[in-house]
Amino acid sequence: MDNFFGGLTDGVAYGAVYALLAIGLVLAYKTSGVFNIAFGVQAYASGALYYTLHTSHDVAIIPAFIVSVVLLAPLIGVILDRLLFRFLRSAPEMSRLVVALGLLVAIPGIVQLKFDQTLAISSQGIVPHGDTVYNIGPAVLNRDQLAIIVTTAIVALAVIVLFRYTAVGLRMRAVVESSRMAELNGVNSDRVSMLSWVLTSFVAGLAGVLLPQITGNQVVDVYYTTLVTAAIVAAVLASLTSVPLALAAGIGLGVLQEWLNRFLPTNSVVASNIRPGLPFIALFLVLALDPRLRHRRGTTDPLANVDPPPPAPVAGTRSSELTWGTRIFWCVIGAIYLYYVFFHGNDSVLDDAIRIAIYAIIFCSIVVATGLAGQVSFAQATFAGIGGAVSAQLATQQGMSVILTILIGALVAGVVGMVVSIPALRLGGIFLTLFTFAFALAFENVFLKFGWITGGIFPEAEPRPQLGSVDFANNKSFLALCLVVLVLVSAGVVLVRGGTTGRFLDAVRGSQVAAASIGISATRARIVTFGLSAAIAGLGGGLLTSYEGHYTPTNWATFVGLFWVVIVVTLGPRTIEGALQAAFGFILFAKRVLPVWLPWLINHIQPFGHVGTLPAAVQYIFFGLGAVTYAKHPEGILEANKRKPMQKIQALIDRRRSSGEPPETATSGAAPA
Amino acid sequence: MTITPAPPPLLELEHVDAGYGPFHAIFDVSFAVEAGRVLTLLGANGAGKTTIARVCSGLVVPTKGSVRFAGEELAGKPAYVYARRGIVHAPEGRSVFASLSVEENLHLALGRGRDKADVARRVSRAYELFPRLGERRRQLAGTLSGGEQRMLSLSRVMVDEPRLLIADELSLGLAPIIVDEVYATLATIRDAGTTLLIIEQHVDHALGIADDALLLAQGEISERGDALQMRAAVQRMLTNQ
Repeated sequence: MDNFFGGLTDGVAYGAVYALLAIGLVLAYKTSGVFNIAFGVQAYASGALYYTLHTSHDVAIIPAFIVSVVLLAPLIGVILDRLLFRFLRSAPEMSRLVVALGLLVAIPGIVQLKFDQTLAISSQGIVPHGDTVYNIGPAVLNRDQLAIIVTTAIVALAVIVLFRYTAVGLRMRAVVESSRMAELNGVNSDRVSMLSWVLTSFVAGLAGVLLPQITGNQVVDVYYTTLVTAAIVAAVLASLTSVPLALAAGIGLGVLQEWLNRFLPTNSVVASNIRPGLPFIALFLVLALDPRLRHRRGTTDPLANVDPPPPAPVAGTRSSELTWGTRIFWCVIGAIYLYYVFFHGNDSVLDDAIRIAIYAIIFCSIVVATGLAGQVSFAQATFAGIGGAVSAQLATQQGMSVILTILIGALVAGVVGMVVSIPALRLGGIFLTLFTFAFALAFENVFLKFGWITGGIFPEAEPRPQLGSVDFANNKSFLALCLVVLVLVSAGVVLVRGGTTGRFLDAVRGSQVAAASIGISATRARIVTFGLSAAIAGLGGGLLTSYEGHYTPTNWATFVGLFWVVIVVTLGPRTIEGALQAAFGFILFAKRVLPVWLPWLINHIQPFGHVGTLPAAVQYIFFGLGAVTYAKHPEGILEANKRKPMQKIQALIDRRRSSGEPPETATSGAAPA
Repeated sequence: MTITPAPPPLLELEHVDAGYGPFHAIFDVSFAVEAGRVLTLLGANGAGKTTIARVCSGLVVPTKGSVRFAGEELAGKPAYVYARRGIVHAPEGRSVFASLSVEENLHLALGRGRDKADVARRVSRAYELFPRLGERRRQLAGTLSGGEQRMLSLSRVMVDEPRLLIADELSLGLAPIIVDEVYATLATIRDAGTTLLIIEQHVDHALGIADDALLLAQGEISERGDALQMRAAVQRMLTNQ
């Protein structure tokens, strides 16, 4: 009985945190139309400032609270609104999600430029003497827990009143659906939108100073993000719209988790594997089974056609001469690079090249899922990991040919991708992406704890592939193998893009209803694409596992996969060129650009002060901020920035061509005017 | 003896160019609408009628030229400023907030700057005009049929008493009997002194209510005149075709 009540009270306190975060997500979604996956890192920014002021510099609680929650949090909201989301009001829901994903990556980087989170280990709460315990009937709660419960209750009540009884709540919902229609009704949508972001950011700030009390007094970005990820299940149970449901679901989840903690036998598989993954399993099941979410589509702005149509991709507008010229140019550059790698590069350069080739293959899977099918999948790292795990286990435990195991790994990943896509396809918009996210997190938290998948703590070494008499144990020959696979995968992706499936996917992306009316099955096209995409990721996963000699779970962590999406989306999600650029960026940025190239450049162009290695956070800021441009440039920044130079070159070619041609009158035979 | 200058036209467009990004939709459009008069814009699909309506309500910002309302320059200002000056625009197609209930749609449209009793009176008036909306007041607008959604967007226009009403393709998607009712209500609004700018493919309906008309072709005004002259011009055009 003690366990029951103890679990209930602790669960309510813990669940109040989930509820607060879930209400924050619902509030953000209802007032800004953004599924703010960066909500946790916004909270982290306030938590970090509060820690710095109160714990590190002994600033009193109230001024520290005012600066970090009342001032900083809304300021972040104003900045996000004015610099980003104001311009994305009529952008598709998925574009806004990708922008939020960019922020998820960039904000911790920005915070960590000034804040060393490894030292933030003894955060103090916003309540004096927070560990003072009260006995309320059978419940035992400390002041920190009470503060969380009371704050959550107040926020829930305030948000319910805002939406049900105030004109500003009505205007916020109207602006989310169509800012232009709202303006036709006399609503200043810029002001309303800014107010929405101020409000949601304030709630994030509140959460930021409350959360360290339940994360072991630590202020670490991953803890915040993980808590928000768990809170997503409560927000989804509330269909991203109902605050009372989000409150109930959050608290219910907290209580359930505490009861499992207390009643499940320790050392059981369920306790060690299922319990930590409970929120993610719950999210997976809710998304798969909740009938309210089936085929739910976001509302569209009836005045969206006031926006100019997006520009055509550069590749589609240039002449065949320019296309061939570009291809030859890049082939020459590639040949020079490979010549250097094969004949003059040291081991480190060779290692870079192999990883670039493998990640380019993996990133081609994102090109298929996002660039062709228009779906943002957060599970690409998981699919790659499945390919790697299958390959490693078959090669080491069954002694099968490594080449064969890599192919089987890709096949298994493809089948898993197809199976996952079947329930996911009934979901629309961001729920589909969340489903891939839930799958990835559930897989990571449940299955990757089994030794028969990962090979245990000290996995047996996986050999390199061998094909007949050709042994790929040598790094140069392994690079050649990776390049061949990359060429084959690239050719496959190009064929799919230009073929029937590609056209079908284009049609489905344009209008699913219109596509269905001419007999195109969106379901079939997407299952094929998901399967293909997962298989390509699995192929890359198998190659990397073979190259490294063992299965490394951290290579395939879900949040690593999120960064992949960010980097590919930044550099070009629709082209093989984009995948290659992303692979170069992913490998070289951390290894060469930040520690060597950028400092060298900075030290040569300015005479003041020597700059050493730049912090790794710069990489996240760079690509995170790059991804926030996705809504404006869905073809990627590089592709977008190529447009003007390409148009100039094309104009030059056209001028030359026209000056070389005889006058039109002579060819047409028309009489002069 | 002092001579009082004539009041400026209620709405005046001068040498307006506008479009969508790189695509130009209207070129050098100039016209004026005097207060209390009804102007209709006629033309084939793609002639630029809807773009002109959007320029007049601030939805599309002109790249050149001026838009004056009661003598005040509004070009470049956001659409809510136009609405607050008394311009109500009923855009073509579904122009309701799908995620809001019928009643919330009406409250949003009629709520600004009015007291609660006035809003309630106008909402009741909307339900009188379209009883079906009253039956579905708690229903989400997105779940209404196409015709009902059109009724909802029209109902706010009918009871809002604007200074200038811009109605884009009112008859689209409505049963003929309802179209007749809508035009009868528009005539009542006109008789109450409201200025109207009507965009309509249904030439008979539009010219039946209008004082003046503009005929558009490829983004430019090709003919202008009073409703009678324009009826003859349209007839000639159809005969020649």
